[in-house]
Amino acid sequence: MPRKSSSGRKLVFTIIAWTIGLLMFFPIFWTAVAAFKTESDAYTLPQNWLSTPWTLENFGIVQERSNYVRYILNTIGIAFLSTLLGLLFAVPAAWSMAFSPVTKPSIDWSGKRWLGTILGCAAVAGLILYVSVNWDLTGHPLLGMLMLILFITPIVLWVFSRNTTDALLWMLSTKMMPPAGALIPIYLIFNRNGLVFKDWGWIDLSEWNLIDSFWGMIPLMMLLNLPIIIWMLYTYFKEIPTEILEAARMDGANVWNELTKILTPMAVPGIVSTCLLNLILAWNEAFWSLNLTNKYAAPLSFFISEYSSPEGQFWAKLSAASLMAIVPILIVGWFSQRQLVRGLTFGAVK
Amino acid sequence: MATSHSQSLGKWALAPSLAALTAWAFVPLSIAIYFAFLRYNLQSDNTGWYGLSNFYYFFSDPYFLKDLFNTIVLVFSTLVITVVGGVFLAILLDQPFWGRGIVRVLMISPFFIMPTVSSLVWKNLIMHPVFGLFAAIQKFFGATQVLDWFGTVPLLSVIIIVSWQWLPYAALILLTALQSLDEEQKDASEIDGAGPISYFRYIVLPHLSRPITVVILIETIFLLNIFAEIKVTSVGGFAGNLTYLVFSQLNDANDVGEAAAGGLVAVVLANIVSYFLVRIVGKNLEG
Amino acid sequence: MGTFQLSKVRKAFGDAVIIPGADLAILEGEFIVFVGPSGCGKSTLLRLIAGLEDVTSGTIGIDGKDVTEAPPSERGLAMVFQSYALYPHMSVRDNIAFPLKMHKVPKAEMDAKVAEAAAKLNLTDYLDRKPRQLSGGQRQRVAIGRAIVREPTAFLFDEPLSNLDAALRVNMRVEIMQMHKEMKATMIYVTHDQVEAMTMADRIVVLNRGNIEQVGSPLELYNKPNSLFVAGFIGSPKMNFIEDNSLGVRPEHIALSDKKGDWQGTVKLAEHLGSDTFLHVDGGQRGQLTVRANGESAFGPGTMVWMTPEKDRIHHFDKSGKAVGK
Repeated sequence: MPRKSSSGRKLVFTIIAWTIGLLMFFPIFWTAVAAFKTESDAYTLPQNWLSTPWTLENFGIVQERSNYVRYILNTIGIAFLSTLLGLLFAVPAAWSMAFSPVTKPSIDWSGKRWLGTILGCAAVAGLILYVSVNWDLTGHPLLGMLMLILFITPIVLWVFSRNTTDALLWMLSTKMMPPAGALIPIYLIFNRNGLVFKDWGWIDLSEWNLIDSFWGMIPLMMLLNLPIIIWMLYTYFKEIPTEILEAARMDGANVWNELTKILTPMAVPGIVSTCLLNLILAWNEAFWSLNLTNKYAAPLSFFISEYSSPEGQFWAKLSAASLMAIVPILIVGWFSQRQLVRGLTFGAVK
Repeated sequence: MATSHSQSLGKWALAPSLAALTAWAFVPLSIAIYFAFLRYNLQSDNTGWYGLSNFYYFFSDPYFLKDLFNTIVLVFSTLVITVVGGVFLAILLDQPFWGRGIVRVLMISPFFIMPTVSSLVWKNLIMHPVFGLFAAIQKFFGATQVLDWFGTVPLLSVIIIVSWQWLPYAALILLTALQSLDEEQKDASEIDGAGPISYFRYIVLPHLSRPITVVILIETIFLLNIFAEIKVTSVGGFAGNLTYLVFSQLNDANDVGEAAAGGLVAVVLANIVSYFLVRIVGKNLEG
Repeated sequence: MGTFQLSKVRKAFGDAVIIPGADLAILEGEFIVFVGPSGCGKSTLLRLIAGLEDVTSGTIGIDGKDVTEAPPSERGLAMVFQSYALYPHMSVRDNIAFPLKMHKVPKAEMDAKVAEAAAKLNLTDYLDRKPRQLSGGQRQRVAIGRAIVREPTAFLFDEPLSNLDAALRVNMRVEIMQMHKEMKATMIYVTHDQVEAMTMADRIVVLNRGNIEQVGSPLELYNKPNSLFVAGFIGSPKMNFIEDNSLGVRPEHIALSDKKGDWQGTVKLAEHLGSDTFLHVDGGQRGQLTVRANGESAFGPGTMVWMTPEKDRIHHFDKSGKAVGK
C-alpha cells in the first residue's frame, strides 16, 4: 500500500473504528450509567446525563430486597468449583492423550462385530425384561437402570476402544448435544418425585432433590464444559517438548514427580487460560441455570431474569444488578483474549 | 516415550473422563427415548405406553412449524451478520490507527455479557417503545408512531440481540487469524501489482476460509440452542425456537412425554444440521 | 562397569519395522558412535538402550544384567538430548540437582556435587540463571552437567552438537572428548555427521535402514569398508564409484598428472579450500570423479588431466554391494 498519506488513512480509520467500537459498547456503557442514577432519572437520555444526580442507592436497594450477595456467591461458587472439578478429570485425561496416545483402536469394529454386540445386548435385555416384569417398568426403576446399562454397553465398548484422535473428536461432539434434548432427563433425575427420589431399600434417597441445589449444579456445569477443558489442555500439553519429559524419566522421576514437578509448572499458563475460559462459560451459562434453579442455588443469570416481569420502575435497579454481574467477566475477558481464541475455536485457530 | 508402562497408566488416567462423558452422552438420551414413548403428564396420574403419539402431538402443535422456521431464520441471519460483519471488523481492527487496543476491548465486550443481562438491557433500555433509546431517536427524527420492537418484530429483535453478542466473537477469531497472515505475503502481492481489493480477494479471503469455517460451525452449535434471550424477553409465543418449544411443553403444559419427544426431535435436527454443515464447510478444515 | 549387550534387538511400530534385529557388544569405557543417514534408526537404537522405548523383541543387558523390561530410572544411565531438554522453569542449579533430588540424595551431598559439576563446566557464575538466559553452548553444558552429576554407568548422547554453530561445535567436540578421557566412562554417541564420528570414536557403528552394516574403529572403516554403503558413507568427499559400482577409490588416493596416467578426464570444476583443492573431473565413460590435490592446484576448469589411482587403495565390490578381496 502506498506509504504516502498514511496519516490521513490513520485518521479515517481511527474515526471509523472508534465510532463502531463505541456503538458496540454503548449498551454496556448506558447500563453502567443507569446504575448510578435514581429510578426516576434512570431513563434520561444521553444529553441529560450530566445534569441529573449520581447515586449509589440502587446497589443498596437490590441487596436489601433480594440478598444479592447470595446470588453472587452462588455464581462464584458454581463457576469456580465446577472448574476445579473439571481440572481434576481433565488434567490426567489430557496428559494421557498428549503423551501416551493410542494410535490403533484396541478393538477392531467391523460391521459383523457391531451387529453381534448390539443384537446380543438387546436380546439379553429384552429377555430379562420379559421374564421378570413383562415389559412393565413402572415401579421397577432399578431394573430400568440395569437395562440402560446393557443397552449402553456396545457404545461404551466402542468409546473405550477408540484411538486418541477419535476419542478427542467424540468428546467434542458431546458438547454439541442440544440442551433441549437433555432437559427432560436431567429434570427427571434432579427432581424430587423424579427418577432417583425413592427409598431404594439398600440406600434411602427419599430426601433427594437436586432442583435448586448448589451441589447439583456443579457436576452438571462440569460435564457441560469438560470437553472444552480437555481439548484446551490437550493442545497446551502437546506444546510441551516430549524431550523434557524424557529427560525427567532419565533423571529418575516417577510418574507423579513428572506430573507435579515438570509438567504442571510448565503448563501453568495453559491451565490458567483454560480455567479462565471455563469461568466465563460457567458464569454466563443460562439454559440450565434458568431451568434448574430457583431461589437457593440461583446464580446471577437466573436472578437477573427475574427482572423480566417486575412491578413498577426497575431499570435503575436492573442496571445496578446487571453491572455487578457483568463487570468481573468483562475484566477477565479483556485480559485473556488471545488465550480465549484458542479455547473458543476448540484449538483450531491459534 | 510411549512405553507400555506409560500407556497402561494413560488408559487409567483417561477412564474417568471417558466414563463421565459417556454417561453424560447416553444416559439422558436413553431416558429421553424411554419417556418419549410414554404418556406422562406431571399433573395427571395416567401413564402408560403411548406409542408415537407424543411425536405426533409435538409435530402437530400449532407452534411447531413457526418455531422451526424461527430457529432456521435466527441461526441463518445471525451467521450472515456475524461472519460478514466479523470479516469487516477484523480487517478494520488490523489497520493502524490510534487507540487500537482500547477499541478492540470495546468491540469484544458484548460477547462477555451474560445473555439474561443483554436481553433485558436491550429490551428495556434500548428498544423500549416509551423510554428506549431507539424510541428517542425516532422521536428526534420526527416520527409520530414509535416502533415497538418486541411487540411487532420480536424475531428481528432477538436476532439483533444475538448478533450483537456474537459479532465480537467472529471478529476476535477472524482478527487473530488475520494477524497470523505473513506480512511478507502483502509485500509480495504489492510487488506483483495487486491492489487492495485483489489482495483481499486472492490472499486474505482464502487465508480466512478456515477460521470462517470454524466460526460457522461453532456459532451454529450455540445458535441452535438460543434460550435465555427468548424466555427472558417473554417472546416465546411469537419468536420462540425449537428449544423454547420443548421448554414450554415442560414448563407450561407439564407434559413430560411430549417434551421428551420434542427434545429428541431437537437432537435429530442438530445432528442433521451438523452433518450437512461438516460436509459443506468441512472441506476447509484439515482432515 | 558400563558394558552393554544387545541381542537380536528388534523394534517395530505396528507394521513399520525400524530395526529388524541388532546384535552389539559395547565395551567398558569406550566411546562408541552410532552413525548413519537420517532415518537409519540410530536414535531409535539409543532410545531402546535408554529405556525410553520398549523393544519389540530381543534383550538388552547392562553389565550382564537383563534390563530389557526395566524403566529408564533403573538403568543407571544419563542422556544428553539434541535440544538439551533443560527444565525451563528451574534455575541452572536446580536443573543439575534434579537427578540427585529424584534419587533422594541428602542435601549437603547434593550441593557439593552440583558445585563440583558446575566448576568443571565453567558454569559457577550461571547457577542462578534460567535456561532462557543462556547461550546455546552454555545450555549444552548445563545438559552435560545434569548428566555427569549422577556418575552414571554410561552416558548417552543424542546428536548433542547438531543445534550449535560450526565453530562452537568444534570446541564442544574437544570438550566432550576431554570429558571422556577424564571420566573414563562408557559413552554412546549418536550423530549423522561422519566427521564427528571419525574424530571422536573408539569404535563406530554404521547403521543403514535399521541394520548394523559394520562395527569397527574409524581407521578400520576407512581402510576396510565391508560394503558399498559404508565405503560411500565414511570419508569426505565421498568415494568415487566406477564400473557399475564394482570399483571404488577415494579422491585422496588418486594422483594427478598433466602428462600421463591410467585414466583421462577434463576438469569441470575446481574447489579451492586453501589446504586442498577438490577437482570435479569428467572422466568420460567412467563418469564424474572427485580428485583431491594438495594445496593449490594448477589444474583449472577445462584442463585435461591424467589420473592414476593407488593400486592397493582400490576397493572391489560384488553385485550385492559387499566388499570382496583384500
